[in-house]
This record gives sequence, structure tokens and C-alpha cells, in this order.
Amino acid sequence: MDSKLFPKTKTFTEESLKKQFRISEFLAEKIISSVAFLSIAVIFLIFIFVFKESLPLFSSGADSKALTEAEAKTNKPESYGATAEELKPETYGAETEELKPETYGSESVSNDDLKPESYGDAPKEDLTVPSTDETMDAVSQNQEGEDKTWSTFFTTEWVPVSDNPRFGLLGLLIGTLKVTIIAMLIAGPLAVLAALYTSCFASKRVKEIIKPVIEMLAAFPSVVIGFFALMVLASFFQDVFGYDSRLNAFIGGVAMALAAIPIIYTISEDALAAVPKTYTEASLALGASKWQTAFFVILPAATPGIFAALLLGIGRVFGETMIALMATGNAALVSANPFESVRTFAATIGSEMAETVFGETHYSVLFFIGSLLFIFSFALNAVAEFYVKGKLLKKFQGK
Amino acid sequence: MDTVINQTENHFFSSKKRGSEAKGKFFIGLTQLAVILIIAILFIILGIIVYQGRSKFSWEFISSFPTNGMTEGGIFPAIIGTFILVIVMSIAAVPFGTITALYLTEYAGENSKFAAAVRFSVRTLAVVPSIIFGLFGLGFFIQFIGAGADTVLNDGQLRWGQPNILWASLTMSLLTLPVIIVSVEEALKTIPRELREASLALGATKWQTIRKVILPESVSGIMTGTILAVSRGAGEVAPILFTGAAYYLATLPGSLSDQFMNLGYHIYIMSTQSSDVEKTMPIQFATTLVLLILTLSLNVVAVIIRARIRRKAK
Repeated sequence: MDSKLFPKTKTFTEESLKKQFRISEFLAEKIISSVAFLSIAVIFLIFIFVFKESLPLFSSGADSKALTEAEAKTNKPESYGATAEELKPETYGAETEELKPETYGSESVSNDDLKPESYGDAPKEDLTVPSTDETMDAVSQNQEGEDKTWSTFFTTEWVPVSDNPRFGLLGLLIGTLKVTIIAMLIAGPLAVLAALYTSCFASKRVKEIIKPVIEMLAAFPSVVIGFFALMVLASFFQDVFGYDSRLNAFIGGVAMALAAIPIIYTISEDALAAVPKTYTEASLALGASKWQTAFFVILPAATPGIFAALLLGIGRVFGETMIALMATGNAALVSANPFESVRTFAATIGSEMAETVFGETHYSVLFFIGSLLFIFSFALNAVAEFYVKGKLLKKFQGK
Repeated sequence: MDTVINQTENHFFSSKKRGSEAKGKFFIGLTQLAVILIIAILFIILGIIVYQGRSKFSWEFISSFPTNGMTEGGIFPAIIGTFILVIVMSIAAVPFGTITALYLTEYAGENSKFAAAVRFSVRTLAVVPSIIFGLFGLGFFIQFIGAGADTVLNDGQLRWGQPNILWASLTMSLLTLPVIIVSVEEALKTIPRELREASLALGATKWQTIRKVILPESVSGIMTGTILAVSRGAGEVAPILFTGAAYYLATLPGSLSDQFMNLGYHIYIMSTQSSDVEKTMPIQFATTLVLLILTLSLNVVAVIIRARIRRKAK
């Protein structure tokens, strides 16, 4: 009956249309969820690939010998940036370059001209050349004692490029901690007090101005803050305190406090604003004044959130690279004096990675430091997320 | 006994109240001082950079190449490099960020463990130090994908297995992904339920509703996210330190496999490794000023759009 009423082709198209829509729905959902999965995958990939590059450190003894040898072979074609072969024409360039124009004329000249340009930093490349040779020697010397790298981890000497390289992470750790403590001592109280003012004392209009202005500080790139610290703060504080090294842990700490303030401020302000209004009303009704309510009722109630804010602030300071590179002086000195130069983990990676060669011990150690930083920031975030949020929820939803 | 306690309590209470007035003033003053201090620091930084950078800041400075070993001339290639970086970065990050946000608001169930894991990953991505992204870019994009592509496509000739603008942009896009996801998600949440329900009631499927109703409504949210991501990407230096930024290039990057100059990296290099830091000081301040104008103005625009979305939602 139906097939007589409607032409056959039409029912066919209708059915197929229906089916097609279901397929597209299904596809859309699957594609969207798999893209969402990507952000989980990225976290895993980051960990795997940062950790993978530091793996040569963990294989010990004879295995490592074979591994490093095998790697040295396989890596030659794919080594990053400047391989030994590639550099040769540049290093011994003087002769070949002088010869080439005469033999091949303008074409090869332009080729040679292009190469150094595309690599950019000629001085840097020159630096890598001796280090390749040196570290090749160092690796061969070090082979019988691959675990030597490990044993140097717990010393304070950071001498990555030498005949006898030492990778003392302790000095870097102390430097990083020193800067973090100074930065948090400045940023923590300032940001939390400012958040308290914004959420408890400021009028609505003032609040609408203060909040975006302070959050504007987050839009300052860290390289700008580092530059400001290097050019302005360092000289200013040297004039005030009169210490010897212009760039030191204190300057780095002050600059990093500037980077951490907006994070701590925003999250603590959110935490303070999330305290139920009934708390405030109950406190005021009992006769407490406004400031008593703010300091003895709202602030304690928001403690878990503020704790989370401080943790994330620590994470930011701990991993901050550009400010550390520019303002801390980058010398791995171990002392309790805040006005001594320090070298942080992140700054070490930032300043030395470009000068290492793929696969060598120094390279692996830098990636190992990277994995440490990653694990640390991951753990901080996990604590802030689960422990603190769980506590907050318990508190406000009546246990 | 009871009366004695009451008396002391009363006495204690009144004296506490008198003292608390002063104390209250002190504590409120303290919080005010914190706010004033932070805002003052912000304007001092801005003021000094504007003051020191203004002498060199001109159209010529923006539109010309560095000359004389980077001690004179402008920052044109650094600006262009930064632009290419943020454009390629946005092309990679915006679709992924938007789709992830769509999943979180439209598809994920309320108690979905998968969605919780995605949210956690996004928040983790937001707090991972930027230098780690640089390491990841080097280990994954350059050593793994780039070098792999070279062995397959170029017979082992080095082309993609080295730092370039593509890998730098992709590294940066991972860093800015959470910025986009958070902004788009926030915008999607402000779209009223009725709109979705009306569309579904008219017989549209879920995907049709998203494509024809939700996405057009969330354009401003996607824009905010993109602008904030661009502002962030333009200012970050650590991720590109060893994934593609170059010290000095005489030509603009011609393809994605070229290295590039970058404003932030330029500031870092000029202020720490320049041959004559004193002499190039005005150039450094002017470059910083350009970068600050770029990031701050983008942020202001984003704040304005966001405020408009919120007002609309009310």
C-alpha cells in the first residue's frame, strides 16, 4: 500500500536520511568525546616524553654502555639542532667557504649564507662545538662509572660541562626553595589581604574596579616582569640594601611574587566569595563587627580555598623560568643569605638546554629535572583539587 | 560564683569592644594597604616601561629590521614572528579547545568520571610550568614526530626534526588550550536552557542543536578565549626557548619549517646576552612596551567582551 501511495524513491531517501542523521549524531558524539580525551592524553604524553628523554640515566652498568653506544649511532642523523656533521662546515668553515665561492660561484655562496641565518645564533653554535667534542670524551670516560652521574645528584656542585661533569641537584633545589620562600612570603599575605578587602570590605563599585585591575597583573608576561626586575628593581634594591651581587634570590623572589599575586588573589577571592552568606549574617547577628566577621568567620571558613590558592602560587613560582633566568643571577651558590645569587631548576633547563646535544648525559639530566618539576606541579594541583575541594564541600554542605 | 564570672565577662567584653574598634581599623587598613600596594606596583611597572620606552617607540621602530648587530634599528621581524606564532597556535588550539568545552557542557553527564578526568587534565595543563611544555615540544614534536617525519619523508634529511615555527606554535597551543576551554565553557554555561530545549522540541537532533543554536550563541565566548590565548601565547617565552625561537634572522620566516624571531625572546636576549646592554637599553624598553601594549590591550578587549556576555546572561 505504502509503496503505491508514495513513490519508491522517496521512501528510500527518507529512510536513508534518517539513518544518515543517526550516523552523523553518533559520529559527532564520538569525535567530540575523543577530542576531549586529547587533553588527558596530552598530560600522559608530556609525562612519557619528558621522562623518556631522561631514561638513559636510569639504565646502569653494561646496559647503559650498550645503550649509549647504540644511541650515539642511531642519533647521529636525527640529533637536534646542530649535529657534529652539520657543524663541521661551519666550524672549519673558513677554508671550505673560501674555496666554495671560487669553485661553484654564487649558488653555493647563497647556500652557505642561508645556513647560519636559518640557525640564527652563530655564537651559540660555536659554543656547542667544543662541548660536543668534550662531552663525547666525557661520556667515554664516564662509561665505566655511569652511576657516577647518580652519585653526584646529591651534592651541591653543578658543573655540567667539564671533563668530570657533576650534576649536584641539591644546590639547585636549595636555590629554588629559597626563591620560592621569599616570593611566597611577599605574595601570600599581600594577595590574601587584598582578596579579603575585595570580598569583605569593598563596596560593589570599588570591587568592580579593583578586581579587573589586579587581575590585569596576570596579563603581564613573565619576561616583562623579569625584565623589569633586571633593569629597575635590581638597581633600586641594591641602592637601598647595598649588597654585592646585583641579581640575587631576593630580587628573583620579589619579581616572582608579582607573578604569583594575581593567581593567589583570584583563587582566594573566589574562595572567600563562596562562603555562604548565612555565615556572615549569623556572625553579624551575634553582634560581631564587620572586621571580626571577616577575620574570624569568613577567613577561617575559606581556609581550604586559600590553601589551594597558595599551593598553586607555589607551583607557579617553582616552575617560573623567565624571571628566574633574568633576575636570580644564575649561580648555584649554597647559603642562607637571601642576597646571594641562586640558580633554580627551571632556569637551569632554560639556559642550558640549547647548549646540550641530544642523548648526552647533560641532556638527560635536564630532562630528569623537567620530570621532577612536572611531577611536583602535578602533585600540587592534585592536592589542591581533591583534598581541598573535598574539604570545602564537606564544610559547606553540612558534612 | 556565677555573678563573679558574669561581672568579669561583662568587663572583659566592654574593654574588648573598645579595643576592637582600633583593632578593626588597623586590620581593615592592612587589607586596604595590600590592595593599594599591588595596584601601585602595577602602575609603577607600567609607568617606568612607558617612560623609558617612549623615546624609541615609533612607527619606524616597529616597521624596520634590527641593524648593526641588533644594537640599532627596529623589531619588525620579532613582531611578525610573534604574529605567525599566535596565528598558527590559534588554528591548532581554538578548534580543540572549543570541542573539548562542548563535550564538557553538552555531552558529559553530571557524574561522568571521564568528564571529571578531562576537567582535571585541563586544570593540570593550566598549572604545568611553561618550561615543561618546552621540554615536551623538544622531546615529542621535534625528536619524535619531526625526526620521524624526516626519516619517512625526507630520507633522513634534516628538515622537520629541528626547532621551527610549527613546533613552537603547537607547543604554545598546548599551553593555551586550558585558557580557551575555560572561557568557552563559561560562555556555554550562560546560554539559557530554554534555547536548547526549544531547539530539541522542534525536532532538531543534539548535533543540529549544537551546530545551529549553541555554536552561534557562543561565538563571543570563543572569541574571548582566543583573545586571551593569543595574549598569553604572545608573552610566553619559556616554551619556545628551544622549540623554534631564533636570536637573529635577516629574513622573515618563509615556511613553517623556518625558525622565527619573537618579541619576548628578543627582550630576553637583548637584556641578558646582548653585546652592549647599556646602549640598547632604550630598544629593550621600547620592545617591552610593544609587548605590554599587545598583551594588555588584548586582555582589556577580552574583559570587555566577557562582561558583555555576563550582562547578557542576566
